[in-house]
This record gives sequence, structure tokens and C-alpha cells, in this order.
Amino acid sequence: MTTMTKPEEDAVPAAPEAFLSVRDLYVRFSTEDGIVKAVDGLSFDLERGKTLGIVGESGSGKSVTNLTVLGLHNPRTTEVAGEIVLDGQELTGASNRTLERLRGDKMAMIFQDSLTALSPYYTVGRQIAEPYVKHRGVSKREGRARAIEMLEKVGIPQPKLRVDDYPHQFSGGMRQRAMIAMALVCNPDLLIADEPTTALDVTVQAQILDLLKDLQQEFGSAIILITHDLGVVSNVADDLLVMYAGKAVERGSVRELIHEPQHPYTWGLLGSMPRLMSDVTEPLTPIPGAPPSLLSPPPGCAFHPRCGFTDLVGGGRCSAERPVLPDGRGSACHLTDEQKRSVFIETIQPRLG
Amino acid sequence: MSNDISLSKAPAEAAAGEPAGETLLEVSGLTKYFPVMGGFPIKRQVGSVQAVDGIDLAVHAGESFGLVGESGCGKSTTGRLITRLLEPTSGSISYRGQDISHANRKQLAPVRSEIQMIFQDPYSSLNPRQTVGTIIGGPMEINGINPPGGRDKRVRELLETVGLNPEHFNRFPHEFSGGQRQRIGVARALALEPKLIVADEPVSALDVSIQAQVVNLLQKVQRELGIAFLFIAHDLAIVRHFSERVAVMYLGKIVEVGDRDSIYQRPRHPYTHALLSAVPEVELEGEERERERIRLAGDVPSPINPPSGCRFRTRCWKAQDKCAAEEPPLIQLGGSEDGHLTACHFPEEPTIAARGEDIVMDPALAALEDIADRPV
Repeated sequence: MTTMTKPEEDAVPAAPEAFLSVRDLYVRFSTEDGIVKAVDGLSFDLERGKTLGIVGESGSGKSVTNLTVLGLHNPRTTEVAGEIVLDGQELTGASNRTLERLRGDKMAMIFQDSLTALSPYYTVGRQIAEPYVKHRGVSKREGRARAIEMLEKVGIPQPKLRVDDYPHQFSGGMRQRAMIAMALVCNPDLLIADEPTTALDVTVQAQILDLLKDLQQEFGSAIILITHDLGVVSNVADDLLVMYAGKAVERGSVRELIHEPQHPYTWGLLGSMPRLMSDVTEPLTPIPGAPPSLLSPPPGCAFHPRCGFTDLVGGGRCSAERPVLPDGRGSACHLTDEQKRSVFIETIQPRLG
Repeated sequence: MSNDISLSKAPAEAAAGEPAGETLLEVSGLTKYFPVMGGFPIKRQVGSVQAVDGIDLAVHAGESFGLVGESGCGKSTTGRLITRLLEPTSGSISYRGQDISHANRKQLAPVRSEIQMIFQDPYSSLNPRQTVGTIIGGPMEINGINPPGGRDKRVRELLETVGLNPEHFNRFPHEFSGGQRQRIGVARALALEPKLIVADEPVSALDVSIQAQVVNLLQKVQRELGIAFLFIAHDLAIVRHFSERVAVMYLGKIVEVGDRDSIYQRPRHPYTHALLSAVPEVELEGEERERERIRLAGDVPSPINPPSGCRFRTRCWKAQDKCAAEEPPLIQLGGSEDGHLTACHFPEEPTIAARGEDIVMDPALAALEDIADRPV
């Protein structure tokens, strides 16, 4: 049986430069209706062992970004520009062979719907062992032993028996655990979890999120956690990226983003969610309107048609000029830092109570 | 889309007919078993899914009653039984004193116009071949109601009530976004001026920013038109925001019911504790407080073969022999507020503050945390 730890990595302190670096990523799909700008100039960095939460509504480009990192987009209809560097290796334009060698080994993914992501035709054990057998060149017997070990790690009772079960014999929570086992089987350096708990019940969601957190400490993987639920990421992630209409609108540590959010869209997200502690007599403050179509996103700041603070900026700047997201902590908004702070403290914070 | 909603009816006028607090709906011992067929070559019943197993609840006029639980707990089946889209296996549903549990189509017709439903999925609950006008006017046509000024005028009023442009009368559902479709569903439910609306997960298919719009709309409708709501959802925070009284369901039974604050601040049932502690919460500045941490093991058991006695006992950290042998009754416990009922032999302290030690039932989590805690 193989050991779970990677001693050579434990000895080396985390490199200061980013382990995954995405620079000016553009992803466009050609469809019958026109070109969909799914991701529009996105940049972010992720360090080893850290968790980055990407928050956004459906159609904000959060899933597409990560499918592109893994090279799972359809190359015929998709146009990708920009840089994706994983541990010094350029991934945009990399050959299928190169990507195949990385997928499942150095980078792995956990999908939202475990019933469709797992094949109904193979046993759970075989699906977990497959990447291990392929990338490590071990025998099927060793692969099976590894699968049992992984099932035990993720808390499947009686792993020696359950390894031969088919996915439909597992409950929803157990299938999600099996998917985590499959993703972690080769000790990946990068784990992308796309809405890993959205399909699960709240008590099971809590188990799975804690499991991911605890396993990350053991395996030292970097995690990208994609979700629409600020509550989920605020408990699990180190850093957050808020996406809207294919662009990142705000970035910062979880603390900064929750305690001093700067972008009107982030304010809107916080105000639209009732919380267990919020005042029930206070009505929610929804974001007016609906997310824009990515076929023809609004000019300037994509959020300006739904934003209540364009008057503060004035001069029609919001609809003409696209705000830039600075590196590090910051938000892509034309409001000055002083305005952002005072608007949040005076108007937004009291309503969140 | 505007968020200013003008209501066609003055609130006082709507609430006038009803003395506050009248019991609108009373359900007792409600049970629904779905047969499980199997066997070859002749299919016969081999078991039953005990979706709802003997629940009691009452909804008063004008109040909002929340039903919360995980998938498979029977909350949606309860909603469908109350609207009589399903017929109960046993037990009784009475609406304003009239027993409708086994009423036929004809007897149900007048009641149906007073109990309306809002469905979860705004994509499949609207007929794609009908215009918005036909969809919203449909209930009036079926019931032969001719409001003054004509049905079309009333439909336009309703569209305005739910915050849609009345000129969209002739459009088809596919021309609207998810949130707007849900507004159409709300308008259809309001068309007959119902006394009770059963809303089954009305916002869970919508994006976060749109959810709040629909929740605010429902709240406005509930308060200003004085309509009672049975609000079914799995999201605890939304149920808390919307409902004055809340019932927590687990595997076909109500395990705890009471006033909103009592349930969310002073829960007694271990399952309610576990559910509340599992909600991922955003903690704003100055709000950081120690919440208890309870992590259950595994998933909800199958309702085909539910555990004996207390159904939660297989996942409960306090379970003893008594729990397997004896089903706990839903009763008022000492130390709980009036009307706060709990079905548990060994209830918890009425607080949600952190305990001395976390309760981690999950073996994998416990093992990993054990390793992490061990001094190096």
C-alpha cells in the first residue's frame, strides 16, 4: 500500500510565486445566436495549499473558467486567449496529450452532480482506481487496494465491500464522497470543486465541506471552490473572487470581502440572502433586474444597469468606461475608495443587520 | 422590472372578512404511503414509501407557516396532500371545518379556488403554448368568474401586482427570465383571491439575486392581501425570514414545531440542532459568535424501511434503547415556550451556543480531526 503523504513537498516551503496563475483569460463560444463572451479578461492567482472561492450567479463564467483550466472545453466552438500557467507549465494551447497527463494526476475536478459524473457502467472502485492505474502505472490489484484506502479516507462504511458497488447503490452524499476519493486518488496539487455540495442536503453538505477542509490539510492541495453560496465559501475559502458577467468584479481575503465589501454587486449578494441571525422585520434588499445576456453584455461596467450607485460616479462613466480590477485586494468599480467605504457603512451595513 | 408593487386591493378590505387567528386548515394524523411494486412476472406491492406518516398541523388565517426539512422528509408530499393533488392514505385534512381528505372533484371545486399552489420550477409549471394572459386568466375561466371590467383587466392588474409590465399580457413564458416566470406563477395563484397559498420551494430554482425579489413579493402579498401561506423550503434562513411559525420534518414526521424565534434560538430536538449548526452562515463584522458544531454521519435513511421508534435515532448522538422501542410523542416540554412542541425522549438544552466539545458523528471526519488534534 502506498503512503498518503508526499514528504518531498512537505520539506520545501511554499513557493512565493503563484502555483496556478491565470492571466487575461478570454473564453468565447460561437453559437447560432452569435458569440458568447463567457469569460472576459479574467486574472487570478492561487498559491499551493490555499483555497480560492469563486462566487457568482449562473452564467457568470465561473464554471467555464475552470473547465478551461482543465482543458475540458470543446475546442471546435471555443476560442481561448490568455495565459493559464500551472506550476510553470503553460496550459492554453497545450496538446491533448499533455493535458491528459495532467488531468487526474496533477489537477482533478469534483463535479456538482455525482450521479451524472460517475459512469453507471463501472463499479465505484474501478472508477476511483482508473486514474491511479493510468498515471502511476500500477497493477489493477494495487489500484483496487488504493481505491479501498481512499474510500475509507472519505468515510464510506465497509469500504472493502462497497468498492464493488455501482454508483446507483450509493446515496447522494456517499457518491459525492466517492467523487472526492476519485479526485484525490493521485494526490493532485490542484483540485477544482464545482458546486460540490449544491445537490446535497444541508447536514450532508456540512459533512462534505468539513471533509474537504480536513483532507486539504492532509494532502496539501490547492482548491478552487466554485459556488453561488457566499455562506459556503466564507466558511471554507481563504480568498474570494466575485464574478459577474464573465469578469471578476471583486477580490480579497474572505475577511476583507465579508467585512468590507467594496463592489455594489457584492453588497447586493449580501443583502439578498436572509441569514439565521438577520432581522426578520427588515425586508431583503434584492438586486433589481436580471443578469445580462453574454451575447451582448452592457457597455462599460457590466453591472451598471442594475447598480444603484451610478449617480455617485456621474458623467455616464459607468456606461462608457470599463472599470479595472486592481491586483490584490480591490474591486472593479468607478466609485472612489472613500465612496465605497462610506456607502457601505452608511447605507448597506445597517440593512444587513 | 420595477420592484414597486402596487396592490389592487386595500389591505384592510382584504383582511376584514376574516377574524384574525381563525383556524383555516387543520391536519391531523395525515399519512401518505406510496406503494412500491416489484416481483416477476406479476407485479405486486412489496412495500411502501412512508412519505408522510401521521402529522398534525394547523394553519391560521393570514399567518405564514413554514415547513422545513431535508429531501425525502415528506414536506412536498404534505403540500400536495393539502392541495389535494394527492389523496391521503389516512388521516384528515379539514379546511374551514370542512373535511376534504377524501372529497371528490365536485366537492373540491369550491375549496380548490381558495387553496392555490406556487410550484418550484418556473420552467415546467407554465404551459409553453399559452400566453401569459391565458395562463393567469385560466383559473378564472375554469371557475366561471367574471370580475367587473372583464378578466383581461383583472389579469393586467395581477401582472402589475407581481411587478410585471401589464403590456406583457400577450407574451409567452419563454420570453421571460426565471424570476419573471415565478412572478407569473404567483399572479396565477392570486387570480382567484385564495385564502391559503401552498408555496413549494418557490425560490430554490432561482439565482441568489432573484430569490430576494420573489421572497419580498411573496411577503408583500402575504401581508397586504392577508393570505395564509404554507411555505415549504429546505433553506432554513429563507423559512425563518418568511414564516412566523415553523415545523421541522424528518422522515415523514414533524419532529419539532413552534414560533420562529423559539425554533431557531431555543431548539430542543437534536435534529433541529444539527440542522441549524449545518447551515453555512456568512458572519458579518461584530457578529462572530461561537455556534455549536454538529456533524451527523451519513444520509437520511430510506423511508421504505424507516427506523423503529424515533426515526432520527440512527443518526442521533443521544440515542438510547428507549428511542428504538418507543416513538416519542410531539409534546410541549418543560422549559419550552407555549406552542413549541418537540418529539424527543432526551431533548437538548434550549440554546444554539457552542458546546464544550463538538459533536462529530462522521467516522472519516472524526478520524481526520483526531490526527490533526494530536500533539506533534
